[in-house]
Amino acid sequence: MSSFRCFVQCGNMAGLELLSDQGYRLDGRKSTELRKVQARMGVFAQADGSAYLEQGNTKALAVVYGPHEMRGSRSRTLHDRAVINCQYSMATFSMSERKRRPHGDRKSTEMSLHLKQTFEAAVMTQLYPRSQIDIYVKILQSDGGNYSVCVNAATLAVIDAGIPMLDYVCASTVGFVDETPLADLCYAEESGGVSSLALALLPRGGQIALLQMDARLHQDNLEALMDAAMTACKGVSKVLDQVVRQHLQEASLATGD
Amino acid sequence: MKETPLSNCERDFLLKAIQEKKRLDGRQTYDYRKLKIMFGTDFGCCFVELGKTRVMAQVSCELVAPKENRPNEGIMFFNIELSPMASPAFEQGRQSELSVKLNRQLERCLRNSKCIDLESLCVVSGEKVWQIRVDVHMLNHDGNLMDAASIAAIASLCHFRRPDVGIQGDEVTVYSPNERDPIPLSIYHMPISVSFAFFQQGTYLLVDPCEREERVMDGLLMIAMNKHREICSIQSSGGIMLLKEQVMRCSKIASVKVSEITKLIMKALENDKTARKAGGKCGFAESMPQERITALKKDETAVEMTDVTERANDIVLNAEVLPQTQSLLVPLPGMGQVGKDLPNSWGIEEYDQDEEEAFNSDEDKQTTMEVGEKQKAHEDVVEISDSEEDEVVILQPEAMDKAHKKTSSSSHLKEPAASKKRHRK
Repeated sequence: MSSFRCFVQCGNMAGLELLSDQGYRLDGRKSTELRKVQARMGVFAQADGSAYLEQGNTKALAVVYGPHEMRGSRSRTLHDRAVINCQYSMATFSMSERKRRPHGDRKSTEMSLHLKQTFEAAVMTQLYPRSQIDIYVKILQSDGGNYSVCVNAATLAVIDAGIPMLDYVCASTVGFVDETPLADLCYAEESGGVSSLALALLPRGGQIALLQMDARLHQDNLEALMDAAMTACKGVSKVLDQVVRQHLQEASLATGD
Repeated sequence: MKETPLSNCERDFLLKAIQEKKRLDGRQTYDYRKLKIMFGTDFGCCFVELGKTRVMAQVSCELVAPKENRPNEGIMFFNIELSPMASPAFEQGRQSELSVKLNRQLERCLRNSKCIDLESLCVVSGEKVWQIRVDVHMLNHDGNLMDAASIAAIASLCHFRRPDVGIQGDEVTVYSPNERDPIPLSIYHMPISVSFAFFQQGTYLLVDPCEREERVMDGLLMIAMNKHREICSIQSSGGIMLLKEQVMRCSKIASVKVSEITKLIMKALENDKTARKAGGKCGFAESMPQERITALKKDETAVEMTDVTERANDIVLNAEVLPQTQSLLVPLPGMGQVGKDLPNSWGIEEYDQDEEEAFNSDEDKQTTMEVGEKQKAHEDVVEISDSEEDEVVILQPEAMDKAHKKTSSSSHLKEPAASKKRHRK
């Protein structure tokens, strides 16, 4: 593992080419290809809604409880809508180095806030005043694009719980290398110093629920990168839609219609 | 302490004003508040005033062991303190959501964009590197803490000087500032964040929201750029839905603002450098303006001077000719009276005036007769006032024994208007 990390550090300089001359990336994908998405809904019987989603090697589990009465501090109740409470955590075995603090550190808190912000925009909270909706997401294996996989998994879980949403919330992380946008980054590409943009989109209206970008990118390239991200999100939404329809078919078969 | 909730009428007022493109302090939609950057006496201390928002940043350094996976790079550590000094809503010690958000945004803006050459901070690879610590303290919260913090952080990093280090074989000596001049950090570029507040589901947008505007906003978009038009970080927060065009427009506005602010920071650094070289006093205490109540200084006001001569001529031509009244009376040599029997121009209430006129019209006849009589009788006693109540009489030194006065009022010249003082009960 340490040798792999060595390579990653000197990413652009020698050795590891994030984008080869023929247009192939490290794992053999083309620049606009997404990783393989596999998902399952309703994995837990106890929770109101749950989903398991894999995007390449990144695996996330999302669980939704609610809408239920406000727990904890009653003072945070909103009189006209539901409060969304998100918690993001990474399993201690999710990364190559054992993670000592799965909750409570700054990055996890920031991710939780971002998830909350994303779903507050998409879930129709006006239908449930004075209640609370809990969304818990756990990363079981991390290989890049953590935020996007969390959002996709949580979308499926919220749909599984039967909570009405304005639209699917699809997210993807894109990067910019050699004047080309790369869709759906993996860990090696993310840590190779590539400028990465994470975008959460409601595909039908083209509305952006969350936009986050790190590392230097020239202003002129921003539009191209955002377009690539939106295309990738639309691709993800098609897959999620298929998963939901398939789950419904299975469920209706099981109940014997 | 919980924040005072914003009243509904205040919220409605602010939203309505924003709909009409008006802001509380009269700024335009894309205007920043007045930005002042001052440096302290130590290297690496910077104060930033953005309107009333005040922020202080301090950079310090320490030799530590490097991280295992990056043995030849220095360490940068950022910390934003939201002290209760800034706002009663901030609690001491608790890491609130806002504190986490600001900390992460500043970290991503400055660290991930690699604005500082970390490899130059390495002293002995794998053993000793410099750890640069930037502490940002909020002193007053009047909106837009993120921008003020980013300006303060990057300005203090540019201002900071670290101690010089000498390596001889295995020995490492750190020279104190007295022995060798400290050296500045190598900074590649200066990322500066610009905040945009969105209202009414993204219909209206404001740059640099003040605290009141922040309370009613729907969401915030933070774009950090440097002057080479490279975007260092974008972060949208709050539950707003953005459109791609809005983001592109904001990035264009941000590039303009960032170049202006970068110029300001460079100028402040230059001024500080020259002040230090000249040996003059520099530092925070010196840069605070002396505000004394006794000092009265008014700025020059601009006066519209176009076509002044034509207007003046017009006025002169069209002005009415005032009646020339001969109202100068010289009762005695060395004494004059002006304005007797002229209409009252003091603007006392109509009631008084009407009554007065009625009063005076009888009075006048009387007093003129009186005056006439008296003047015939005592040529040296002159009636000045025509008030019934107090009589003003001028005494001549020779005629003091001859004069008999009705009232005890002392002799003094009174204008007819002033004599209309009432001693009414």
